[in-house]
Amino acid sequence: MKPDINMNMKVLVVDDFATMRKIVRNILKQIGFTNIVEADDGANALSLIKEDKIDFVVTDWNMPNMTGLELLKNIRAQENGKNLPVLMVTAEGLAENVVDAVKAGVDNYIVKPFTAETIQAKIEQIFAKRQANA
Amino acid sequence: MNVEFINPFLSATIGVLKTMAFTEVQAGQPFLKKDKISHGDVSGIVGITGPPNGSMSLTFSKACIVQIVSSMLGETFQEVNDDIRDAVGELSNMISGTARNDLGKKGFSFKTSIPTVVSGPGHEITHMCKAPTIAIPFKTKAGHFVVEISFENGSQ
Repeated sequence: MKPDINMNMKVLVVDDFATMRKIVRNILKQIGFTNIVEADDGANALSLIKEDKIDFVVTDWNMPNMTGLELLKNIRAQENGKNLPVLMVTAEGLAENVVDAVKAGVDNYIVKPFTAETIQAKIEQIFAKRQANA
Repeated sequence: MNVEFINPFLSATIGVLKTMAFTEVQAGQPFLKKDKISHGDVSGIVGITGPPNGSMSLTFSKACIVQIVSSMLGETFQEVNDDIRDAVGELSNMISGTARNDLGKKGFSFKTSIPTVVSGPGHEITHMCKAPTIAIPFKTKAGHFVVEISFENGSQ
């Protein structure tokens, strides 16, 4: 069964490439999300998470200064980030990368290249699991 | 260069462009490239750390890349601008990453750098090692592009 997802939640898309932010934003809009903000690196993402009410994070892995994995660890270390849903969208597809991300507390993981349907399915899995555990 | 390295880059190129840009591409006959002059208007270059060390580049004609990025982002582009250069960087990132994952399954452990993008007619591409460069030409309906790969340790 499909989970009940609040399409007005604030989604943060983190990627150093504007192209990928735009692709992800377009897909999220297509799915129905209406409230999407962007950050071009991990430090900006953390500021937005601290200052703003972010409900869901979609982040790249390979970014300069702070990788997506480091960002994820930083998010989990923050009080308001412990329970924040995080989806990683990355070119890092090796099993050890997935294990690292899972250990750091990622909710789900997509390897580039991806389709809109894959992103939608991964997001639904995240919220279905959270609703089942609630 | 280990010829085993060619196919992962070839199939990554076909797969990434099909999935992310809805663009069918046709690979031509690989050839040995002996100079640094690019075969197009904009290039993305990615350093690869092994061993063996190497690099990959993607060079697009203007007609080809504006069509690919227009299709990828659902907007119309006509010139090689910052949006196009950013997209070339991301395509380089995805193609090198996909090839690296494929090679990882065969026991090779590679890291890739953040891509560098260069544009302008006749721009040069400098690969990370002095080994021969293999170029693979591709055709799309909108124009051509070339993938170059170069790895050290030619005897492997």
